[in-house]
Amino acid sequence: MHMDKLIIDKYQPVIGLEVHCQLATLSKIFTPDSTEFGQLPNTNVSVITLAHPGTLPLLNKKVVEYAVKMGLAVGSTISRNNFFDRKNYFYPDLPKGYQTTQDKAPICIGGAVKIKLKNGEVKNIRLNRIHMEDDAGKNLHLAEETDTLVDYNRAGVPLIEIVSEPDIRTSEEAYAFLGEIRKLVRYLEICDGNLEEGSMRCDANISVMLKGASEYGKKVEVKNMNSLRNVQRAIEHEIERQIELVEKGEAIFSETRQFDATTGDTHGMRAKEELNDYRYFPEPDLQPLRISDQWLADIKSTLPALPAELYEKFTNQYGLPEYDANVLTDTKEIALYFDELCTHTQNYKAASNWVMGAVKSHLNELTLHIHQFPIKPVALAQLIALIDSGKVSNTVATQNIFPEMLKGTGKLPLQIAESMNLIQESDTSSLQLWIDEALAANPAKVAEYKGGKTGILSMFMGDIMKKSKGKADPKVTTELLKKAIENLN
Amino acid sequence: MKIYNSLNEIRVDIRTGATSCKQLVEGYLANIETKKHLNAFVEIYAQEALVKAVEIDVKIANGTAGLLAGMVIGLKDVLCHKNHGLQAGSKILDKFQSQFNGTAVQRLIDADAIIIGRQNCDEFAMGSSNENSSFGKVLNDLDNSKVPGGSSGGSAAAVQANMCLASIGSDTGGSVRQPAAFCGVIGLKPTYSRISRYGLVAYASSFDCIGPITRSIEDAALLLEVMAGKDENDSTVSYTEVPNYVANLAFDKKAKVGYLKESFGDGVSTATKASTHQALELLRNAGHEVEEIEFPLLDYTLPAYYILTTAEASSNLSRFDGVKYGYRSPDATDLQSMYKKSRGEGFGKEVKKRIMLGTFILSAGFYDAYYSKAQKVRRLLKEETERIFQKFDFIVIPTTPNTAFKIGEHAGDPISMYLADLFTVHANLVGIPAISIPNGNDEVGMPIGLQIMTKSFGEQNLLAFSKYMMEISKN
Repeated sequence: MHMDKLIIDKYQPVIGLEVHCQLATLSKIFTPDSTEFGQLPNTNVSVITLAHPGTLPLLNKKVVEYAVKMGLAVGSTISRNNFFDRKNYFYPDLPKGYQTTQDKAPICIGGAVKIKLKNGEVKNIRLNRIHMEDDAGKNLHLAEETDTLVDYNRAGVPLIEIVSEPDIRTSEEAYAFLGEIRKLVRYLEICDGNLEEGSMRCDANISVMLKGASEYGKKVEVKNMNSLRNVQRAIEHEIERQIELVEKGEAIFSETRQFDATTGDTHGMRAKEELNDYRYFPEPDLQPLRISDQWLADIKSTLPALPAELYEKFTNQYGLPEYDANVLTDTKEIALYFDELCTHTQNYKAASNWVMGAVKSHLNELTLHIHQFPIKPVALAQLIALIDSGKVSNTVATQNIFPEMLKGTGKLPLQIAESMNLIQESDTSSLQLWIDEALAANPAKVAEYKGGKTGILSMFMGDIMKKSKGKADPKVTTELLKKAIENLN
Repeated sequence: MKIYNSLNEIRVDIRTGATSCKQLVEGYLANIETKKHLNAFVEIYAQEALVKAVEIDVKIANGTAGLLAGMVIGLKDVLCHKNHGLQAGSKILDKFQSQFNGTAVQRLIDADAIIIGRQNCDEFAMGSSNENSSFGKVLNDLDNSKVPGGSSGGSAAAVQANMCLASIGSDTGGSVRQPAAFCGVIGLKPTYSRISRYGLVAYASSFDCIGPITRSIEDAALLLEVMAGKDENDSTVSYTEVPNYVANLAFDKKAKVGYLKESFGDGVSTATKASTHQALELLRNAGHEVEEIEFPLLDYTLPAYYILTTAEASSNLSRFDGVKYGYRSPDATDLQSMYKKSRGEGFGKEVKKRIMLGTFILSAGFYDAYYSKAQKVRRLLKEETERIFQKFDFIVIPTTPNTAFKIGEHAGDPISMYLADLFTVHANLVGIPAISIPNGNDEVGMPIGLQIMTKSFGEQNLLAFSKYMMEISKN
């Protein structure tokens, strides 16, 4: 479906996202059962998870702390008096027949997330709330089974739901927002942010209105998007679908639609599933939860440096370009590695180039985590210093010394350079010898150079480098070579 | 077997060798057999109880026995007892066995109580006559054409008919006190949150209380002492220290007693009025201050109670869906029909009625008109009741407007049935402790109950005063 841009441009999409994050606690939100992923079906299930008669929920304090951390990271107001509500509906994966959630008193109110767009624009997306709730189990429809099976391992795994205000206007903004949320939960280490595996899930509320209109259109909820890219695709598709309906003079129904990643299409769920009245009411099985000043202060004190702070530091204090700061703060581990590197070197740009280049490509190639990376920041800083002192060239550092350091022998860059005889030759007498040899071997080329083909110089440089086994200092050599060639008759 | 009215009497006989736990269990088993027609028990643990009795006899001999050694009890079918059946009187929990001991049950076992069986009750503790059980109705031992009350009807009838020394029931709107009154025994509803609800099948979570049914105040005090107190499995349980109730049962103060004017209104039987007046007169004569209290809010207690409890129940009973355990209709063809048929066939009429009522109350558009308003009534009741207890030590009123009624008497008129709880729901709405003690009989010999209420966590005074009241009314 590709619509005329002129038509699309008449409309203003309005988008709000609801992001569910599975919290990385060891036990479930209301039972001590393990949350470990990938266990055999129905092994992380106690009588509480299975909603046996007589069981009661017990709130896991860690869940509260994680939710508060997220709230603090996005500037929410933290509710000091919390209670839970029951959201009632029937589904086999929901053992109690209700979800225990926070409807009226969410733990975090307000806040905002800054997103950066491709055109460099920075936009503030306000949050409505963040609340805590329990996850459902999973219905399994196995090919060899006629019955639906249910796995309750996931039932009771803690979730926070992050609800944005309808501040998002394009699919690109939605993509950036979700990316920013993912980055934050990973920095905070409260969720692994894996959309593909479902530890992070996103629903989008989308409507369109004519530009300049004061009233929002009817909103449609789109679910089932399991990657950042699919969120963007689903939103694009849904915007166009709605515009098409409006253009045709047809009504838009407030409904829930499923995204199909293979077709890129959204389709409505059956109307019957839509008619749900959740009959919320306060959960009588849990005491109201009070967050004291002390507790809040304790949680605050455990907050790590956040991407926005590090970005600030990298651009302002280290003077890095925005691009570099963006790449370096994309994950917390890389950002912290880089930050440590910068305590050992003053050449921040070189440090940034090394981390964004050689270090990241090595990690990507071997799909390693930075904590498995064999070169400590202090050693990498020494390599940068070695280049800066002119003792080795960038090329030699990248191609010879760095690979040797990756072997993790713990040898210092200087030791490696010396033992491999890689210390750059800037002694003019030996350089002169190689230059003279190169020029003598190619009188024709010398003539060409003199005839104006100055590009020939690089051919001589290549020859000299070969003779020096790469040790010739390029800067000094170029000077000497130019002088020598001009002195020739 | 000799009729025992308290564990103290049993202890004396054990000490003198006149009886043993084993003989007691055998005696109660014989009584259970004789009184089988009452249908008080749905399951008897004869072998298990005998084995346990022998063990405890050894402990007694060795001086290592627990506080409840010698006490033979029954459990209402809403209390989780590990590897024992648990059905809440419902077909929907067909063949269900609990995989754990509830906190109260565990503490009873740890104190060497002997559990002789599981007792019949109204389905999911919803009812005032024990006619709503999938195991059939329970009969009153004094008159088999009459009900024992409910919902802990089996538990009260079992104590009434000497099938066990004590029963553990549950009280959401009077379910311990009302059947105790109908059966002429003692029923205690403690302060809400005094006893952990972990292991109590939920009817209405913010009302439900476990409570003992006994033949003596001492036993009620002892059982409360054993079961009460903090519990990490119930986040709503109170951490208020549990006093030594049994050691402090003497009452030597002058009390300020209030009675509700409204409790002598229309619909309260003449005999009930007379016996209550008599009790108040006894108190006056003994030098206590007795005063009438106007309590116009009483009219709102039953409506608020039914709105809030059915709302909570509609959600609490959602887990019984045929998916995980219990009854699943064999005729289900798809998900919808599994839900509809399993719940339609599994739940009885009264339970379905309350689920539907609660579902309606919570639904969009009605919530504020019913649920929110009832919550406000509940708060007003709480405030007004607290005000009363600033001035009075106790409220003394009849437990029920009438004595035990005929089986089937209210079948066509649910409201008249609900009126049986008129005086008991107040304590559950505001969370205060309340007890029903025997207070004479009506003209046909059916027992009348006297209800005494006090402020939250005032069980110590309540029990001592109740003991005193029973003593002065005996003389």
